[in-house]
Amino acid sequence: MRIPGLGNAADNPKHGTPGDDPEHHPRARDGRAPNVMRIGEWVPMRQHRDEDEVDFAVVGTGAGGGTLACRLAEAGFSVVAFDAGPYFRPLEDFASDESHQSKLYWTDERIVDGENPLQMGSNNSGKAVGGSTVHYAMVALRFRPEWFKARTLMGYGADWPIDWREMWHYYDQVEDDLKISGPVNYPWGPHRRRYHRRAHEINAAAKVLARGAEAMGIDWTPTPLATISAPRGDAPPCVYRGFCTLGCSTNAKQSVLVTYLPRALKAGAEIRDLAMVGRIETSNGRATGVHYHREGRWRFQRAKNVVVAGYAIETPRLLLMSANREFPDGLANSSGLVGRNLMVQGNQAVWGVFNEEIRSYKGPPSLAISEHWNYDDKGSGPFAKDFFGGYSYMSQGPLPQLWANTQASAHGLWGEALVAEMQRYNHVAGLKVVSEYMPQERNRVTLSDVKDRYGLPVARITYSWCDNDKALNRHALKFLRQALEAAGGREIWDQGDDTCHLNGTARMGNDKRTSVVDADCRSWDIPNLWICDGSVFPTVGGVNPSLTIQAIALRTADRIFAARGA
Amino acid sequence: MLPRQDLYPGYDVLAKRDGPSWNAKTRAVLDERLAIGPEMRRFFDEAEWMTLKALAARIVPQPADREVPVPVAALVDYKLAIGEHDGYRDATMPDEREAWRQGLRALDAEARAQFGARFHELSTWAQDELLKLAERGELTDAAWASMPSKLFFKHRVLGDVVKAYYAHPTAWNEIGWGGPASPRGYVRMDFDRRDPWEAAEAKPGREDEAYAENLRVGD
Ligand SMILES: Cc1cc2nc3c(=O)[nH]c(=O)nc-3n(C[C@H](O)[C@H](O)[C@H](O)COP(=O)(O)OP(=O)(O)OC[C@H]3O[C@@H](n4cnc5c(N)ncnc54)[C@H](O)[C@@H]3O)c2cc1C
Ligand code: SF4
Repeated sequence: MRIPGLGNAADNPKHGTPGDDPEHHPRARDGRAPNVMRIGEWVPMRQHRDEDEVDFAVVGTGAGGGTLACRLAEAGFSVVAFDAGPYFRPLEDFASDESHQSKLYWTDERIVDGENPLQMGSNNSGKAVGGSTVHYAMVALRFRPEWFKARTLMGYGADWPIDWREMWHYYDQVEDDLKISGPVNYPWGPHRRRYHRRAHEINAAAKVLARGAEAMGIDWTPTPLATISAPRGDAPPCVYRGFCTLGCSTNAKQSVLVTYLPRALKAGAEIRDLAMVGRIETSNGRATGVHYHREGRWRFQRAKNVVVAGYAIETPRLLLMSANREFPDGLANSSGLVGRNLMVQGNQAVWGVFNEEIRSYKGPPSLAISEHWNYDDKGSGPFAKDFFGGYSYMSQGPLPQLWANTQASAHGLWGEALVAEMQRYNHVAGLKVVSEYMPQERNRVTLSDVKDRYGLPVARITYSWCDNDKALNRHALKFLRQALEAAGGREIWDQGDDTCHLNGTARMGNDKRTSVVDADCRSWDIPNLWICDGSVFPTVGGVNPSLTIQAIALRTADRIFAARGA
Repeated sequence: MLPRQDLYPGYDVLAKRDGPSWNAKTRAVLDERLAIGPEMRRFFDEAEWMTLKALAARIVPQPADREVPVPVAALVDYKLAIGEHDGYRDATMPDEREAWRQGLRALDAEARAQFGARFHELSTWAQDELLKLAERGELTDAAWASMPSKLFFKHRVLGDVVKAYYAHPTAWNEIGWGGPASPRGYVRMDFDRRDPWEAAEAKPGREDEAYAENLRVGD
């Protein structure tokens, strides 16, 4: 095992590349791409010319796009994967610093409105090779089986066109690919295999969750996480530095950047960093390639198939921006649903002060979880459920800037009150939900009149809670408050307005009138245009979405192979 | 509310700078931040600067006897000068830079209208009164144009000023945060456990012990 992260190119001048600046100059070029596992090293990369008609142009290299690009390349297809973001080398480029690491986020302008305008930026999406998995919190959960038939079995939302047993198979595969660390027995849902690595040791913040859950008489467990608890190749086990949502500088985190993309390169895929796709071209009802901006100019890559995997804001934005004479309302939009049914998840929290020192900054932020309210449909007494859907809740570990911002904007503290309260940082613990909001057509992504630096229209994101969302928020906050109190928390307060994750703006389904893509993520309208990311979810469930996005990407790859064989 | 205190006596997160908790990139980033002096200003003009400094002193007040105060206004200026963005804005708000200019001008206009002097010339009581009105969205002078004072206060004032202060090692010392932690990370994770390279909290009557521990975090 190598001990990475002790230096960088600056410490090892022989590795330095003059003018190396990943945010302004592409790194994947001249037949090579960064070897993200080793300081200063490179791996060979196959390259294609713009005029070559490649089998697949994939837009976005995150949970959906990166995973799919890898499997397509491994099956022998020629693949070019574009990402608007930089190709980071975590060992060299990632500082232990909240401000600096905002370079991982999609911070190009977006406009928010509606009754409950969303907070975007750091809270929601990434812009980097590897996508949002570079800064995600690694919580790796499966959907509850019934959610795939939410409409039929549970009476809300929409059914998925995929059977849960098939998903279970693909979940096994992603969990293996990412070597998920988790408990021996997972308390909820049907039997699953043992996780590949032992669960991580839990920190004090997670023990607060455990105490509270036990006092309330419900199950909890160490969280299954995509960060390794034992070495894997060049990656060391997690060192509990706690900067996970700002990028993992040791490579313990099993992001797409350090898992599927190195595999993709090895299998012959080309990755183009700092390459913003602005429009998909069509001719005679088929996609013919993508217009992209790289190194100061617009270029056109020809392709036999185009996959859009830009996450639930950029994906509909790109489809709408690609409107042309053949498809005046945007691509894949005969149903009128592109951009609609945007679903975030609730991210409300309760926070309290403890006599003990908690120091929740140590370790991954969410080391313990309860999914009780995803599986209990009725509840009882004060916690009787009067809404559809469910939620999980997890322990938390905010770093100082995030915590101060939460105290200021959600708790309303400033001045002496703020600086004094901040001194209790090491004694604070909180519980936070990931909850299921309903799909609503009025929650949507549209194009505004404002233009970005490429001259492309900026996305406008409209969001409002429905009554069911509000009832769920109330239940969750009430339950969490009691659980935190039972664990010994004092001076508890609610953070009532936070949201996370983005899904649903190009939903999959069985009927082309009520969905944008079919079960295989192929658009109904354009047979060689695919959408493979968080956008395709018909419902969101009460768990973090990435494992499901990645399982769908693996399934999509298999469906594409099957179609080729046929 | 307990008053602010010297809870982690002798703790200096910078003592770990050359040890295994700071990688080279972190050192470079913090060197750059620490080189920002209190009067370094590229984005704001003179008038805006005075208002911003007065405003920052109310949002994140610092002890009068602090030898080297955190240069909060300069850190905000730096963020705007290099064009760092949040990545979204409310439909009723102009972009970050414009919002700041307009908001500071408007605060000054309100100060003149209500108290007959510029914002930075007011007493801290009067400044706080104005800020509370902004917090509730009750400032509506024409200088605000279409920007709601409530959103300016929430997104720009609280967002940018508070984050600027807590991006500084001096603020980290004050709250006893371990600071940068790559590649070493941490080992002791349980209740009431600290690694020797973490800040020791002063328990009543045992401040000396904490002080002695804190002098060793860089060892
Ligand atoms: C702070 C945070 C913590 C999270 N924690 C978890 C967690 O613990 N567990 C979990 O399951 N999920 C978590 N998530 C959510 C998770 O990261 C996302 O759901 C997931 O990565 C989405 O996958 P995706 O493929 O849809 O998009 P992404 O992974 O976001 O990838 C999209 C990529 O496409 C690129 N792109 C977009 N448009 C274009 C274009 N036009 N041209 C070129 N490139 C483009 C972007 O730059 C980006 O890199 C977290 C998210 C955040 C913000
Ligand atoms: S806590 Fe673990 S996963 Fe998180 S940043 Fe540190 S090493 Fe990476």
